[in-house]
Amino acid sequence: MLPSVLRCARPVSTALAFSRPLAHFRPHMDPDPSRPVERAIRTKLTGSLKPEHLEVHNESHMHAVPPGSESHFRVLVVSPQFEGLSLIQRHRLVNEALREELSSCVHALAIQAKTPQQWGSNPSLAKSPACMGGSRGDHTVEEKLKAGRE
Amino acid sequence: MNSLIRSTARCLRAGAAVCLPGQAGGHVSLASARHLCAAAGVLKDLGEMVKKDKVVVFMKGTPAQPMCGFSNAVVQILRMHGVDEYAAYNVLDDQDLRQGVKDFSNWPTIPQVYFNGEFVGGCDILLQMHQNGDLVEELKKLGIHSALLDAEKESK
Repeated sequence: MLPSVLRCARPVSTALAFSRPLAHFRPHMDPDPSRPVERAIRTKLTGSLKPEHLEVHNESHMHAVPPGSESHFRVLVVSPQFEGLSLIQRHRLVNEALREELSSCVHALAIQAKTPQQWGSNPSLAKSPACMGGSRGDHTVEEKLKAGRE
Repeated sequence: MNSLIRSTARCLRAGAAVCLPGQAGGHVSLASARHLCAAAGVLKDLGEMVKKDKVVVFMKGTPAQPMCGFSNAVVQILRMHGVDEYAAYNVLDDQDLRQGVKDFSNWPTIPQVYFNGEFVGGCDILLQMHQNGDLVEELKKLGIHSALLDAEKESK
């Protein structure tokens, strides 16, 4: 538990987020040192699933959490390891790779898990539904955000 | 929820500390024994809860008033298929249930969908099943005729 707390303990500077207006458009394969959780997610998924294509999107700004949060993510993983696996088996592999993050700072994880052939015939990223404000005043989410900030 | 309260109360009266699988052994204080008891009660009840109804959803909020976009997506998809009768449990009402269902399913997020006692997945999986036609087939296996089949017939 302690290593994951320490990993989440690196401060995320909100000033940095606002001073980089093009941050939203940065190529998603680029690791961002100011976003430790995003980096950890990318590293772990790369290590365990050896993806041909990987996208990690921090969608926290779409939800009722403070700017600079790393609590809500969408990942797109394209890997030959998903061949022959059902959707639920694929998602469980992703969940397992990110078990630490999911039990500490990450509150929501949207997953698309495709084989290279599926990605080739439909190279599109799904969109997350509109937030309905459920994270606001949610004690569990507040604890996860604290874990990310401290 | 009444059976959940009853089983938790039974656990507390017995005064036993319950060891959950995966919990470390050792000294258990009274406070954590209560938590373990409540949690054990939740796990036992979840086994019954997911089998009691054909379609069971653990979500944030209620079908009438979802409190999360992902939970709402599940509600909307079921509604599109004409599935109006299902058990929906609001995890925001009960922290033990919220954590308990994640342990029970070994799945880290909410919403969670069960068909005939079997875990199907979350919002992403239900959406993909809806998009690729699998959901109509799975509902058929449950004896539920998807409303989208009628819509298809009408349009032909």
